[in-house]
Amino acid sequence: MSILVYIESNENEIKKSSFELLSYAKELSKKLSLKVIALVINCSNISTLQEFGPDKILSINQTKLNLFNAQNYAELISNVSKSTDAKNIIISDSVNCKYLASLLSVKIDAALISNVVSIPSSISPFIVKRSTFSNKAFCDIKINSDIKILSISKNSFGVNKNKSEPIIENIEKDFIESGIVYESVELSSGSVSIEDADIVVSAGRGMKGPENWNIIEDLAKTLNAATACSKPVSDLGWRPHSEHVGQTGKPVSTNLYIAIGISGAIQHLAGVSSSKVKVVINTDPEAPFFKVADYGIVGDAFDVVPKLNEKLKAFQAENN
Amino acid sequence: MKILVCISCVPDTTSKINFTNNNTEFDSSHVQYVINPNDEFGLTRAVWFKENDGAEIDVISVGLENTDQILRKALAIGADRGYRINQEPTDSYQVAKLLSNHILKYNYDLVIAGRESIDYNGGMVPGIIAEILHLNYVTNCVDLKINENRAKIKREIEGGIETLSCKLPLIIGAQKGLVEESDLKIPNMRGIMQARSKPFEIIEDNKAETKTNTISFSKPDNHKEIKLISPNNLDELIDLLHNEAKVI
Ligand SMILES: Cc1cc2nc3c(=O)[nH]c(=O)nc-3n(C[C@H](O)[C@H](O)[C@H](O)COP(=O)(O)OP(=O)(O)OC[C@H]3O[C@@H](n4cnc5c(N)ncnc54)[C@H](O)[C@@H]3O)c2cc1C
Ligand SMILES: Nc1ncnc2c1ncn2[C@@H]1O[C@H](COP(=O)(O)O)[C@@H](O)[C@H]1O
Repeated sequence: MSILVYIESNENEIKKSSFELLSYAKELSKKLSLKVIALVINCSNISTLQEFGPDKILSINQTKLNLFNAQNYAELISNVSKSTDAKNIIISDSVNCKYLASLLSVKIDAALISNVVSIPSSISPFIVKRSTFSNKAFCDIKINSDIKILSISKNSFGVNKNKSEPIIENIEKDFIESGIVYESVELSSGSVSIEDADIVVSAGRGMKGPENWNIIEDLAKTLNAATACSKPVSDLGWRPHSEHVGQTGKPVSTNLYIAIGISGAIQHLAGVSSSKVKVVINTDPEAPFFKVADYGIVGDAFDVVPKLNEKLKAFQAENN
Repeated sequence: MKILVCISCVPDTTSKINFTNNNTEFDSSHVQYVINPNDEFGLTRAVWFKENDGAEIDVISVGLENTDQILRKALAIGADRGYRINQEPTDSYQVAKLLSNHILKYNYDLVIAGRESIDYNGGMVPGIIAEILHLNYVTNCVDLKINENRAKIKREIEGGIETLSCKLPLIIGAQKGLVEESDLKIPNMRGIMQARSKPFEIIEDNKAETKTNTISFSKPDNHKEIKLISPNNLDELIDLLHNEAKVI
């Protein structure tokens, strides 16, 4: 028996979220007395995984897997989990992992728990906490199935270093052609994606119009952050839909979320509140966002944001 | 073309989330229920296929009697037939299995569900159905076109949009973007009147197992006090973010 961790990558680079998954698996392995196996697809820099304690790394290199296909990936993980007798499978909560996980759960007859936020509070019965009601609450879930897939919420557990000397094994797999044909992809060029960003700079209707977004983009650039927006901003066409965050947009669970000219409506907060540190910049001291943020500035964005950007640049110049 | 739209009945986004019975049950008093927003995008797209290609639309929900109002609303928006599977939803496996039992009987060309429900946030039901029934499955759909027997789908991925195609039958997970917010259908008087005479069936089916149970709920800890910083002292903010919060 073992704990299997699916290590997600992006253009052959291991995603940082994988280190958190391995840290989680390591902690779980102590409770269950099982070995941790990492499954890596088409990645070159697998040695970075050693810092986070896997006992074994299974590495696959096949050009057929260069494009993500949920069906093929689920089939592959299913095969590997059977051959390694993995009863606990740990995956991230990324868009692609959520997509493949539901397929995988049926293939291996597992219970799938999404949005897991902590290590199980009990092993027998197996009870784990997940977030629910769009982050407005948590629930404890009892799993009645022997095989489990836990999809871990980003930034909920943290990263712990734990050096190991894993055995590395290369494997190969065959696939049945999937019914889904990949045609093309359009990537929004040059910008950091909201899902991967450590810092998100988000702005709302307080910015008055799309022509004023340059100060938001400048600040994001300085911080190597992704830009996001409130729902009305994308509805008005000021910013693309892909930047809309909140209960009905993208969820954000980042290290630092900076909300500029956003009032903090319940639907907005639901989607961003699991971010670790929140900063609000708003002219209205009564704006609800001040009730949930860690740091706040009551002030005019058009004055504060450019100044903050200059000061951050000076700070970075000094600290580098 | 026969379309099934799977509808989850969820608390309105402004609802206060509270629990009763020693934190084991959701407190539904003073809660207004609505069609899950992701499902609403899907339903509107289905109505578009009805108006433009003569598709037939069934809507279905797994739930108890209080779900009927939501299905009636879907009929008023333009669906042709409503089904309610009379079971309290307890987990995604049970819901997906019950929906699969129905889909198997009716041979739909297209099944539309939401990317996720805003109450349970599982993001699981359509994928489980797809795997049980061996249907093609694409989620995070922001565009869907159907030509003859083939679908072309745009799907939102991290940092972009990808285009996929496949044969019907297909099940999708819908989300914002599949139709424009401003095109969402609101039931009008005529629709509401017509809905009253549309077929509506209650299905008794309990042939589904659960793999999980929710045993209790909790709410996030009360937030600690915010630190206010003067706009004239931004160095302090940078210092706090660097030394206290350690995020820059
Ligand atoms: C079903 C449903 C789902 C929804 N889902 C979402 C969702 O997912 N995400 C989401 O964001 N919203 C969502 N909403 C909308 C939500 O209710 C709010 O309307 C929205 O979040 C408000 O956006 P805002 O804060 O940008 O605008 P406003 O509420 O108009 O706030 C603008 C803020 O800017 C401040 N301001 C003005 N000028 C300045 C200045 N010069 N400098 C600094 N601050 C300034 C104001 O004080 C104000 O607080 C949803 C609504 C519904 C009904
Ligand atoms: N009780 C239900 N009845 C019908 N459809 C449902 C139900 N629960 C979930 N669904 C569908 O499955 C989608 C994803 O739900 P979930 O897996 O709970 O996040 C929803 O958007 C609905 O389309």
